[in-house]
Amino acid sequence: MSVFAFYLFAIATITGGLFTVISRHPVHSVLWLILAFLSSAGLFVLLGAEFVAMLLVIVYVGAVAVLFLFVVMMLDIDFAELKAQMAKYMPLALLIALILLMQLVMAFGVWETADTAEAARLAVTPAGVHNTEALGLLLYDRYFLLFQLAGLILLVAMIGAIVLTLRHRKDIKRQNVLAQMWRDPKKALEMRDVKPGQGL
Amino acid sequence: MFQTDFNIILPEVVLAVYAMLALVGAVYTGKDKLAPAMTWLTAIVMVLIAAWIGFAGDGSHLAFGGMFHDDPFSRFGKVTILLSAAAVLAMSAEYMERRGLLRFEFPVLVALSVVGMMMMVSAGDLMSLYMGLELQSLALYVLASLRRESAKSTEAGLKYFVLGSLSSGLLLFGASLTYGFSGTTLFSGIIEAAGAGQAPVGLLFGLVLIASGLAFKVSAVPFHMWTPDVYEGAPTPVTAFFATAPKVAAMGLFARVLHDAFGGVVGDWQQIIAVLSVLSMFLGSIAAIGQRNIKRLMAYSSIAHMGYALMGLSAGNAFGVQAMLVYMAIYVTMNVGTFAFILSMERDGQPVVEIDALNLYARREPGKALALLVLMFSLAGVPPLVGFFGKLYVLRAAYEAGLIWLAVLGMVASVIGAFYYLRIVYYMYFGEEREEGLDGGKSPVLWAFLMGSAAIMLLGVVNLFGIEGVAQAAAATLVH
Repeated sequence: MSVFAFYLFAIATITGGLFTVISRHPVHSVLWLILAFLSSAGLFVLLGAEFVAMLLVIVYVGAVAVLFLFVVMMLDIDFAELKAQMAKYMPLALLIALILLMQLVMAFGVWETADTAEAARLAVTPAGVHNTEALGLLLYDRYFLLFQLAGLILLVAMIGAIVLTLRHRKDIKRQNVLAQMWRDPKKALEMRDVKPGQGL
Repeated sequence: MFQTDFNIILPEVVLAVYAMLALVGAVYTGKDKLAPAMTWLTAIVMVLIAAWIGFAGDGSHLAFGGMFHDDPFSRFGKVTILLSAAAVLAMSAEYMERRGLLRFEFPVLVALSVVGMMMMVSAGDLMSLYMGLELQSLALYVLASLRRESAKSTEAGLKYFVLGSLSSGLLLFGASLTYGFSGTTLFSGIIEAAGAGQAPVGLLFGLVLIASGLAFKVSAVPFHMWTPDVYEGAPTPVTAFFATAPKVAAMGLFARVLHDAFGGVVGDWQQIIAVLSVLSMFLGSIAAIGQRNIKRLMAYSSIAHMGYALMGLSAGNAFGVQAMLVYMAIYVTMNVGTFAFILSMERDGQPVVEIDALNLYARREPGKALALLVLMFSLAGVPPLVGFFGKLYVLRAAYEAGLIWLAVLGMVASVIGAFYYLRIVYYMYFGEEREEGLDGGKSPVLWAFLMGSAAIMLLGVVNLFGIEGVAQAAAATLVH
């Protein structure tokens, strides 16, 4: 059963990834991407990592992919033209892909791991804790440094986005609440007697 | 345990906290009005941290379960990175302010990318390697496109970002194959799993892909395509930054991965690095000949210089690492001086990048022309100057490691490369009279850096300021 589920999810992931790249319509690409995310979440469940699977669904499908969808719909890019440009390089790209594939087949054909690999791969977590807690124990203890560095990277991304896009326009009239409240009717209003037949 | 770990990474923490405080402080107070002062302050903070690391650092320590190394090698890299970044910041304040480019995020981004570089040279794990690399790269992508209204600057940023992501992808693929083979991401675990002699195929694939990703970061041929465009498009102070600190960090990281993680299989990577080195030296020397834009010229020059530094690395022993470190320190010093001159190249307040503008420059500014002459001779590797000793070091390393063909090709490339450095000197002293020359740059800071760098090239001949001994100690901790 689990073997069947594994191949189902694995094939769905690969199909999703493939169609993300080759679909004609960018919105379809995002939908295929969501399929890829969902099926990789399935793979995580099979591995016994329910928390990571749920994160993948909530964060990537729920937030990131939906945001992608909005951005793709908002962008005014002629994807057909981009695709036409890509077609020019397709033969070369296919050649490189083929060579890479052959090399990888060669590598995986004689794949061997070090004798110590299996033992080293097991994460050191106390027995009897469920996997969300185990993840937290690793993340905030053993990988504390990496966790903080990831935070710094996100900070840089945020600063970068602001630096490159925020524009302070001088010619825009902004609301100044204090100035509004301090306005005095005596200064702001002026009574004029307008004579009939004449303007001001 | 946590207390000692924290003490070991304290310099990085101080710089990161400083960057964040500076950011928040500037946002809530003067914003861009504070930018010049902040740039100088950041430079001073970096010099202080460099002095702290250089004088107080002692011995070899591991932190966070081996993910972070504090040893003479990482300290050598950090001091070089911090000092060169501080020099570039000090040089850029006035230039950027006059062109309306100086925003308070500039020093903050530089400081954060320096934190990433410090992580890189200290990395002891594939994951901390990647985190440090991304932290510095992401900040650099933003810096490259800092001049938003210029199409070239935006192109530079975009090109750098897309190709940089591709190289990060290669590196990650390599890292995952390496992990698949060895079952751990710690360098100490990988070297144990790899054993000695011939690397198994899986590990070899990982090694090749990691090396490709890192070769992109040091802009070694054939992963150099982005360099000239990015150097040309980015604002000149940012170009100066690109040509100095990140190169040292990437080179240090390269040496660390090759020796710490793959030190047992030297024979497998030696030929890869040697080929990268030869291609970089020749392409850098030949392609630069056709360049009239001095920023593109410096880009090719940096490619060629990375070739020489890689030659030191390809020796695969402690002396090779020492030669690489000495070479990088000299390279950075020369580049700081050369970029101080490029920053001062202007006519009617507008920056000039054409080398034709240097015609008969010596008649107008004999002092600065002489300093540039010294720097160009040093970059070309003309004997009495410090640059020559850098080249001599890496050639000796290659020769002693039995890579005689590499050393010979290095000398040939150095002769070809001398052509374009000497052409600049020729223009300055024997060029034709042109109507539009350069104004005399009036910035005392740039003048000081230019003269200082030239003076180091002359005075360093005596004993290279004792850098050899420090580099030797640094290399000894890396190569066992």
